[in-house]
Amino acid sequence: MEAFGLLLHGFQVLLTFKILALMLVGLVLGVFVGVLPGLGGPNGVAILLPLTFTMDPTSAIVMLSCIYWGALFGGAITSILFNIPGEAWSVATTFDGHPMAQQGRAAEALTAAFTSSFIGSLVAVLLITFLAPGIASFALRFGPPEFFAVYLLTFCSFVGLGKEDKHKTLISMCLGLLLAGVGMDTISGQLRMTFGWSELFRGINFLVAVIGLFGISEILLTMEERLALRGHAARISLRVVLQVWRELPRYWVTLLRSSAIGCWLGITPGGAIAASFMGYNLAKRFARDKESFGKGRIEGVFAPETAAHASGTAALLPMLALGIPGSGTAAILLGGLMVWGLNPGPLLFVEHKDFVWGLIASMYLGNVVGLVIVLSTVPLFTAVLRVPFAAIAPMIIVSCAIGAYAIQNAMFDIWLMLLFGIVGYVFKKISIPLAPFTLALVLGSRAEDAFRLSMIGAGGDVRVFWSNGLVGSITTLALVLLFWPLLSILAARLRRMPASIRPAG
Amino acid sequence: MSPPHEGATPQEGTGAAGGEDRAVMSRRSADIAVSIALLGLAALLGWDNWRTGISWASDGPRPGYFPFYLSVILAAASLYGLVKALLEHAAARDAFVTRAQLGRVMQVFVPTLLFCLLTQWLGIYVASFLLVAGFMWRVGRIALWKSLLTSFIFALSMFITFQIVFDVIMPKGPLEALLGY
Repeated sequence: MEAFGLLLHGFQVLLTFKILALMLVGLVLGVFVGVLPGLGGPNGVAILLPLTFTMDPTSAIVMLSCIYWGALFGGAITSILFNIPGEAWSVATTFDGHPMAQQGRAAEALTAAFTSSFIGSLVAVLLITFLAPGIASFALRFGPPEFFAVYLLTFCSFVGLGKEDKHKTLISMCLGLLLAGVGMDTISGQLRMTFGWSELFRGINFLVAVIGLFGISEILLTMEERLALRGHAARISLRVVLQVWRELPRYWVTLLRSSAIGCWLGITPGGAIAASFMGYNLAKRFARDKESFGKGRIEGVFAPETAAHASGTAALLPMLALGIPGSGTAAILLGGLMVWGLNPGPLLFVEHKDFVWGLIASMYLGNVVGLVIVLSTVPLFTAVLRVPFAAIAPMIIVSCAIGAYAIQNAMFDIWLMLLFGIVGYVFKKISIPLAPFTLALVLGSRAEDAFRLSMIGAGGDVRVFWSNGLVGSITTLALVLLFWPLLSILAARLRRMPASIRPAG
Repeated sequence: MSPPHEGATPQEGTGAAGGEDRAVMSRRSADIAVSIALLGLAALLGWDNWRTGISWASDGPRPGYFPFYLSVILAAASLYGLVKALLEHAAARDAFVTRAQLGRVMQVFVPTLLFCLLTQWLGIYVASFLLVAGFMWRVGRIALWKSLLTSFIFALSMFITFQIVFDVIMPKGPLEALLGY
């Protein structure tokens, strides 16, 4: 029950007027960001990050994570009312959410979406509260080889388990790792890959790249598609809310199943999208009348939303406990930690108790307050969508530029942002995934340091990665995941062999 | 008030989305072009790291070791992508970007480029005023006074937020100097 006492301490940290106000501001900004076409969780957090540079780390992370919760809630609004998923993981919500809106049951669908998001997050936060401290204290015993093995596991699981073409994931990841190495080498102090260009000595800042890759490229893509926004009006009354909540216990199996899927996939990287589809598909498979899915069934909103949010929240678990982000947004929050002068990793739980438990407490409070806000203010946020895109687009561009400049006070970074905007646009169009790039860029130098420190410790012997049971099993698991596609083909072939013999015999 | 700065909107927003919207580039060509560019980048970075030193010193790998092998993997993956794209069937060649799409993308890209240029001389607040007003007026076809008013309020609120409340340093130009900031 130590976690419980620490959590109470976290609430104490939180309950000051300033932090509560920042929370509210963060949530409202987040919902705006989630509702606006062409923006979403990672973009919003990246663009609004500079606002927090002058704050203390606790206020900063509370505000940023609230932006994130707000964006998660906001994504559901556009999926249901406008059939435009704000995020890739809201796609599954449109399957049944939009038909419900067309049938005039928009309020019901929205309430269902918000409530199930809330439940999903809550389950994941409970998991974080009771699991993260344990994992972190376990990870305190990690040396460089163990850390490198965990990084390797993260990278390999992206390549092996990702749905995109393997070589494209690999390209994205190598590019991120390479760009992370630009500038001063932290161990030898030598300059690398700068070609004598002084602007590159500082290295390529992770956040600048993210703002370009997600923010600018998203504007280019939205402009290209020329979104015509035509949505359904919605106003949520208390009666509808209570009615949906009364029905809630009937769907406990779906909610529980989706939460479990979400938590599991959130901890392994890149999971929220997969989680939402898996939640939806499993709910459909176990349902008695499969035909009614896709035609406006409330369960079809519950299942993907719960899973997506459980996964979006659970993605913060590896970030807090190990310093390894489970999603793009978590990676940006991690970048934020470094800007505020904190060293992400298991030591956070020891050295910055206020910060960690303040953050965890804010996840509880932020989700409750967020639920109340979105339930009561949907009409306000849908009105945002009537503001012409021609007014919103340039404002987003300006915010991106401000964000990129503020990180290092360098004009060069604004140009870099523009370049990454083009890269992001092209990569998205030829489906090179951006998440591995983001992850590699933020973890690159730490992974390399871990590798080289373990090499220095072991005198250049690669067997250090199998030197004890722990590091050995992580490394082996990483390699298995990397070659998973090959192994599964092999396994399928082995299984087919007796099957092909049988008809002959 | 100076007029909005982008005179370079290449195509009107009314460009037909229908039948004769030809592809400027096929997806396959884009795949090939990106693969070649990445190969080039991998070669450049690989060469630079080779020069830094890719061998093992007495105390472990030299600085170029890690990135050198990454560039080798990058080169291999891009080469694979290149070959795959070259062998792709002609039937699978859908459009990377059509003419109308490219026009619309340029409508936002060119003003953004100009905005970045202007930020260097005029500071970010004046440049953002010009960008928002110009974009709303020319691309969005919104009445001039509405565009000017909206963008003035936007630029002013940005200035108050960052300069006065949060005290974040931003590129500033002659106008801010005139006002004493």
